[in-house]
Amino acid sequence: MRKERQPQNEIVKGTLDMMILRTLVGGDAHGHTVAKVIEHTSEDLLEVEQGSLYPALHRLEDRKWVSSYWGASENNRKAKFYRLTAEGRKQLVRETSRWGKMTRAIGLVMGEQGGR
Amino acid sequence: MSWLRLLRRKRSDAELQEEIEVFLTEETADNMARGMTPEEARRQANVKLGNPQKVRESLWAQNSVLPLTNIGHDLKYALRTLSRTPGFSIITFAVMALCIGAATSLFTIERSVLLRPLPFQDPGRLVMVYEHHRGAGASTPDFTYNPVAAADFYDWRSMTRGFEDMAIMRYAGYNLTGERGDLPEAVRAAAGSWNLFQLLGVQPALGRAFTQSEDGPGNTVVMLTWSMFQRRFAGDAKIVGRQIHLDGKPVTVIGVLPSWFTYPDVGIQLWVPYKADATPELLQHHDWHQSQVVARLRPDVSLASALAQVGAVQYQLHLQYPHDPVNEDVAPRWLNEDLAGNVKKPLRLMLCAVGCMLLIGCLNVSNLLVARGAARQREVAIRSALGAQRATLIREQLTESVLICAAGGLGGIGMSVLATQFIAHAWRDLPTAQSIHLDGAVIGFACVLMFAAALVAGLLPALSTTGKTMLKGLQTSARTGASSVSRTALRKSLLTVEIAITVVLLVAAGLLLKSFMRLRSADVGCVTENVLTLKYSLPEKKYDTPEKVNIFNEALLERVRSIPGVRSAALGNTLPAAGYWGDFVFTVKEHPPLKAGEDLPEGLMRWADPGYFSALGIPLVNGRFFSNDERVARSYKVIVSNQLVRQYFPGDDPIRKHLHVPAHAHAGAPSDLDYEIVGVVGDTLYQVGREPKATMYFPIFEGVAGGGNMLAVHTASEPLQLSVMVQKQIASLDPGLPVSDVRTLNQVIGESLVNASLSATLVLAFAILSLLLASVGLYGVLSYLTTQRTSELGIRIALGAQRDQVLQLMLVAGLRPALLGLGLGLVLSLAATRIFQSLLFGTKPLDPVVLIGVIATLLAVAVLASLVPAWRASRLDPMQALRSE
Repeated sequence: MRKERQPQNEIVKGTLDMMILRTLVGGDAHGHTVAKVIEHTSEDLLEVEQGSLYPALHRLEDRKWVSSYWGASENNRKAKFYRLTAEGRKQLVRETSRWGKMTRAIGLVMGEQGGR
Repeated sequence: MSWLRLLRRKRSDAELQEEIEVFLTEETADNMARGMTPEEARRQANVKLGNPQKVRESLWAQNSVLPLTNIGHDLKYALRTLSRTPGFSIITFAVMALCIGAATSLFTIERSVLLRPLPFQDPGRLVMVYEHHRGAGASTPDFTYNPVAAADFYDWRSMTRGFEDMAIMRYAGYNLTGERGDLPEAVRAAAGSWNLFQLLGVQPALGRAFTQSEDGPGNTVVMLTWSMFQRRFAGDAKIVGRQIHLDGKPVTVIGVLPSWFTYPDVGIQLWVPYKADATPELLQHHDWHQSQVVARLRPDVSLASALAQVGAVQYQLHLQYPHDPVNEDVAPRWLNEDLAGNVKKPLRLMLCAVGCMLLIGCLNVSNLLVARGAARQREVAIRSALGAQRATLIREQLTESVLICAAGGLGGIGMSVLATQFIAHAWRDLPTAQSIHLDGAVIGFACVLMFAAALVAGLLPALSTTGKTMLKGLQTSARTGASSVSRTALRKSLLTVEIAITVVLLVAAGLLLKSFMRLRSADVGCVTENVLTLKYSLPEKKYDTPEKVNIFNEALLERVRSIPGVRSAALGNTLPAAGYWGDFVFTVKEHPPLKAGEDLPEGLMRWADPGYFSALGIPLVNGRFFSNDERVARSYKVIVSNQLVRQYFPGDDPIRKHLHVPAHAHAGAPSDLDYEIVGVVGDTLYQVGREPKATMYFPIFEGVAGGGNMLAVHTASEPLQLSVMVQKQIASLDPGLPVSDVRTLNQVIGESLVNASLSATLVLAFAILSLLLASVGLYGVLSYLTTQRTSELGIRIALGAQRDQVLQLMLVAGLRPALLGLGLGLVLSLAATRIFQSLLFGTKPLDPVVLIGVIATLLAVAVLASLVPAWRASRLDPMQALRSE
């Protein structure tokens, strides 16, 4: 009975990895927390699809941008925590700057259009 | 990285499941904190998560390598389909294993014998140079390459500049005895000029090679081959520098040749210098044609120009010695081809035969796959309707044939290890039999063969089942089977090709077999049953006068003849069917002198004792046999063969005429003698399969010193039982005299035919296998046709068709491709048999017996293979047939 997801709730392609990395700057977190933080921070505009969250976390781990360990969650349950690595931090900087350039460029294009 | 993920994906999946569990718990907890009931909280959490299976699948896919997974799927799928029909799988596997195994074996031999470079230094520049006779006999391949006379060679070497160097060698034989009372042994040896090993680029494994000064009359040194070194001297390196005795003369071992050196063949046990046992007169004789010359071409000179120089020298010699058999030209042959010699043609023939068999095997597998494709038409149609791509479907079916062929190929390689050993041992002429083994290149060849076979066998059925019409499989359902008509046509044409190739193989096998039977039953011209033969050679040191030789020989004959069970005994330098041995040129004294340019008459030379002809059952045509008086007194008598009379005394009585023989190649015998013809005897074959040749027999007691003798003992019963008795007589006369080649005359003949027998047997085996394959194919197609037409036949029978009409209908359906294939095959074999005509003896390529036999066999097999399914069709119960949809 799930509602059709609104198109604007969909995460722009290729940005999920970057947002996960950004979330982990605040400290180690497990999957549920990561999703919750992204949703809250975006004022619930973005909805993280679980089907892409976990593959994304595993992918980041494969690329050695995050590391993982099993720890106890807030409710004292065994959970897999992810931690940003030094390499991950560098990647985040690269991604952030690329994203900045991209939004500026898109903004320029759109701004000009809007000016008409 | 991805490989690691691939290996870890099970664990990764397990972790993910735990993480999902954690997510659900956390989310439920959050929801409960928002005030939901536990059930609602859990439900909402599940809703938020969505389908956990999907999450797992996407991670699984992310961790997989796509093409690899596909191959894995295909393999699994193919394995499952194959294991569902074990009968089919086992048959096709066996077929492919046999075909690939046989092909690999023959390729192994081909490679070792013809393709692999010789182990010599820069072998591409090594060439054999023969004398070549331009006259009438030049067209026959046996006489293109004549052995070289030593005197010719020394002129070539000193007077031409086209070759870096030229060396000469000839075969020899010795009685080997040790320093102490070791067992005597007759060994095959070779005599090589001092520069031979240097020219070939061979370093002795131990010691050194001959020096120029050692290559002269009076032998003092010897080199051992590796096998002799290991066998007789137990690989003891101290033998170098020690003495051994050859024909009673002491010689020093100066070196041992490396183990790979088996030139010119494996049988050679030791080497002596070329001039060691040749008298100076022989070395100067231009008609002592006993040697082979190997030369190394200069890198900057072409073979043609190097040879032109030698040819010019030879032509001068020819003009210089008009009354000697000095050839007017020379002929080259590359060393590797020379060593491969007689093997090349039969080997190529067998390769062709095995190639045909492989093709038939592929076609058969292909045929079976097409049949299965028909059975799976529904499945393919449904899958393609559901969105399977054609490429995927083709790939799947190809995987199946690749699997069959790969398994068959592996089995085949295993089989070929055994088969190669067998063939290499059974085939006498193979020059490098001991170096034949599987190696990387051969296994590579088998793999290529494997995949080529898989493509041939798999592609056609795969394409045919996945064509544009594949959806018809759904539309037509199974009632009419209309869409399968084209596929049946495909199978029938595959079958036609299969049968055509089978016919070619059968014709080839039939011809070879008939030719072999002809050889086997060829009349040698003398008694062959119950004849024991053996060889011995009297060493010249001990038997230095003709008298001593005669005393031994006569005593031996007398003793052997008195053994109970011995009917008679014959002594000669050689026996019928035991080889060419040698020939003399001669002129007939009473005839007018030869015109210029006319070929000198020539005949085989034989020595015989007075009892030789009667013991061997060679009939006297005219005149008389030798008498016991024709001995050292040198009465110069000769007996000639019928062929010689036909050839050189047409319409003339040869008795009391004289043959003038310019050379008598025995040391000490005077040359330029006239021999009076005292008798004419029947022809014997010097080798089975060759035309009889003019022959001269000289009395063995006339005073031939030393030399090898062959004794033939005609016995009343099984001859080999008497061999020990005969050998004991020899040992009692001279305990130091070794005896060799103790065989029956039938064995001697059999051994000269062993190659013909091998190629006939192998090709016949291939042909029978192909026939079997073709009949399985025929049976398969017809059974398939029957199943397919079940309902149609049911209707026919229900409407009143007679059983025998149905039987006839189905038989005709089966026999049509067989007849077509037969016709096509006969036409093809017309072309094919021309190629191996030269391998046939006394058999024409269009031998009616063979052709009729092939046609009858094929038709019989085709009828048999068609009869079972046709009969089954005629026994159909119409009610059951109509309900069977």
